[in-house]
Amino acid sequence: MRVINFAKAINEALACAMEADQRVICYGLGVDDPKGIFGTTLGLQDRFGEDRVFDMPTSENAMTGVGIGASMNDIRPVMTHQRLDFFLLAMDQLVNNAAKWYYMFGGQQSVPITIRLILGRGWGQGPTHSQNLQSWFAHVPGLKVVMPTTPADAKGLLLSSIFDDNPVVFLEHRWLHNVEGDVPQGDFWVPIGKAHLLEEGDDLTIVSMSYMTIEALHATAHMKALGVGCDLIDLRTIMPLDWEAIAVSVRKTGRLLVLDTASETGSFAGEVIARSAMHLFDVLKQAPRRIAMPDFPSPTSPALTRGYYRGAADIVRVTSEMLGQDLKPDAAEKNRQSPHDVPGDWFKGPF
Amino acid sequence: MSLTARESLDNPRVADAGLARELLYRMKRIRMVEEAIAERYPEGKMRCPTHLSIGQEAVSAAVGMALRAGDFAVSGHRAHGHYLGKGGDLKKMIAEIYGKATGCSGGKGGSMHLIDRDVGFMGSTAIVASTIPVGVGLGLSIRLRGGDQISTVFLGDGAVEEGVFFESANFAALKKLPVLFVCENNFYSVYSPMRVRQPPGRSIHAMVGSLGVPSESGDGNDVVDVYTRVRSAVEEIRNGAGPRFFEFTTYRWREHCGPNFDNDIGYRSQDEFLSWKSKDPIERLEGQLVGTGALGKEDIGRMEADIRHEVEQAFAFAESSPFPSADETFTHLYKD
Ligand SMILES: Cc1ncc(C[n+]2csc(CCOP(=O)(O)OP(=O)(O)O)c2C)c(N)n1
Ligand SMILES: [Mg+2]
Repeated sequence: MRVINFAKAINEALACAMEADQRVICYGLGVDDPKGIFGTTLGLQDRFGEDRVFDMPTSENAMTGVGIGASMNDIRPVMTHQRLDFFLLAMDQLVNNAAKWYYMFGGQQSVPITIRLILGRGWGQGPTHSQNLQSWFAHVPGLKVVMPTTPADAKGLLLSSIFDDNPVVFLEHRWLHNVEGDVPQGDFWVPIGKAHLLEEGDDLTIVSMSYMTIEALHATAHMKALGVGCDLIDLRTIMPLDWEAIAVSVRKTGRLLVLDTASETGSFAGEVIARSAMHLFDVLKQAPRRIAMPDFPSPTSPALTRGYYRGAADIVRVTSEMLGQDLKPDAAEKNRQSPHDVPGDWFKGPF
Repeated sequence: MSLTARESLDNPRVADAGLARELLYRMKRIRMVEEAIAERYPEGKMRCPTHLSIGQEAVSAAVGMALRAGDFAVSGHRAHGHYLGKGGDLKKMIAEIYGKATGCSGGKGGSMHLIDRDVGFMGSTAIVASTIPVGVGLGLSIRLRGGDQISTVFLGDGAVEEGVFFESANFAALKKLPVLFVCENNFYSVYSPMRVRQPPGRSIHAMVGSLGVPSESGDGNDVVDVYTRVRSAVEEIRNGAGPRFFEFTTYRWREHCGPNFDNDIGYRSQDEFLSWKSKDPIERLEGQLVGTGALGKEDIGRMEADIRHEVEQAFAFAESSPFPSADETFTHLYKD
C-alpha cells in the first residue's frame, strides 16, 4: 500500500479502466485542460489519446444523451462535470433515458454509463455551485448512486461503477479531493452496494456518507476519548442501500443517528430513518435523529455559511442529547478548522 | 467628467461631443474596478468565485450606454462589467463580493449573482446560459405590458452551445420579442478553446441568423463601433423590429476565474495574449482621443483620479459594512 489523495485515486481508477478496456472513454468540460478536473483526469489524454479522452461543448444535456447512445453500442463512457449543479441541465437524459432504458424495453439493452459529479462547498460557492442532490438520483429507479469518502473507496468504487452494466451517478465531494489514505495499486475494486464500518462501538449507530463521514470521524474520535463508542457506517453507495449493515448495527446499539450532506427534508437520511422506523422499531431505544443541512439554499457570504453547514460539533451535541451525557461539544468545535469555509490550507479558492 | 454611470444613462449630451469621452470613462471605470478586485483578491476577504472582465470592457461600456435605465438586462458568471455598464451600484457590487449585508444581494449571492433592479439589471447567475430564456421572458413581458423597453441578454461563446440558447432564440424570433442578444466571443469556455467545442468555420452570428434572429458580428474591442451599431439596433428593437443578435469578438486577459494571469499553464499562449493586449479597447480609444487633441493628458488624469476616488470609496464602503447577521442565512426562502 501507499498513501495517495482522493483525486489521485480517481485518476488511477480512470487510467486503470482505460488500460484494461479499450471501450472505456472519458469526456467532459475540461477533462484535458491544464488543471485536469482538480487533478483527477491529468495525463489521461496523453496516455490514451484524443479519441478516448476529450473535452466537449458546453452542452450537458446533449452530451449525456450522446454517452447513453454510445453505451448502447458497447462503449463505456465516463462523463465528468466540475459541479453537480451544471449537470442539472441533463436531468432529462439521465432520468427519462438512462435510468429507464433497460426496464422499458423489457431488459434488452442496458445503459452502462458513469457520471462523475463534483459537490462544491465553501469559498462562496453559493446557491448554484454547492448543491447535494443525491436523494434526487436515489429517488429515480434504475440509477445507482455512489458517494465514496476514502481514497481507496474512491478508486475501488469508480472501477466498479465503470464496469457496472447500469447507469451510475458517482458523487465526489470537493473537500475530499485532498484527503489522503492507503490505496492499493493496480486493479482494485470495491463492490457497489456495500457499506463500510469505519468505527465500532456499542452506544450509537452513526450512518453517514461522503464528506459528512470526515466530520463523523472527528466526532467519534472526540467521543471515544470520553468513553462513548459508536458504530460509524460509511454508506459508500446510497443506492442500492446496504440495509443489512445498518440493521445489524442498530440491533446492537438501539440508537441511530443519520448524517447527510444535503438539505434535510426529502434527504436520503430521511429514507434511512423511515426504514428503521418500519423495520427496527422494536429494537430502537429512542427516536432516531438526523443531522443534515438546513432547508435553505446554501448562501455565499462566509458570514452566512458559518451557520449553514453542520459538522463534528453538531454530531457531538446531538449524541450528548441522545445519550443524556455531556460530551463537550464546545471542545469538539474548537478543534475543527477555522476559517470554516475552506477544507484546509491547500485550498486557496476560487473553486 | 464626474458623471456617474447612473446619472448619465439617459443623458443625451453624451450622444454628441462627449460620446467618445463618456465611452472611455465607462471603460476605464470597469477596468479600474476589476483591477482593484484583482489586486485585493489575494487578501482573502472576497471569498467567492470571481470572474473578471478585464480586456472585455468595451462591450459592457457601449451596450450599457446604448440602453436606457428602464431597459432590462441579464447576464451570467462574468457580469461585473455588464452590471456596471448598465448603471448598477458600484458600492453594492463590491460589498456583495465581500459577502456584506450591504451587498446588492445581501451577501447571499456573491460575485456570480448580481442584481440592481433600479437600473433594470434583473440578475446574473452562475449556470451557463441559464439567464438566456429569462431575458427572453422579460422581453415577452414587455410585449404583454406595452411600452418601448427592451431586454438585453449578455452571453458568452460557450453559452451558445447549450440547448436552451437555441430554444430561447427560436421563441424570441417566433414572437418577434424586443430582445437584444449580446454575445461576447472571447474564444474560450474556461480553458477549452473553440476548436474543441465548435466545428471549424463556425460563425456564431450566421448560425443565429439562420434561426431567424437578424445577426451581425463586430470587433468587440472597438467601443465606438459597438456603441454605434448597438444603438441603432436598439432603436429598431424599440420600434418593434423583433430580436437582434450581436457577436463581438474580444478577449479575457486574466484567468477564467480568479485574479491571476494564466498564460503559462498551457491552454493558450503568451503570444496570443499579447496580440490581444495590443488591441486593448481602452488604449485604443484613449490613443485616438489624445492623438486628435480631443482629450489632454490632464483630462485623462482627472478622469482616472475621479474613478480611483470612487473605487476607493466603494472598497471602503464594502470593508466597513457589517456582515449579514447569522439569522440572515434563514431568510428569503419564500415571500410572505
Ligand atoms: C451549465 C454549466 N456548465 C458549465 C459551467 C462551468 N462554467 C462556468 S463559466 C464557463 C465558461 C462559459 O464560457 P462562455 O459562455 O464563453 O463565457 P466566458 O467565461 O468566456 O465569459 C463554464 C463552462 C457552468 N457554470 N454551467
Ligand atoms: Mg467565452
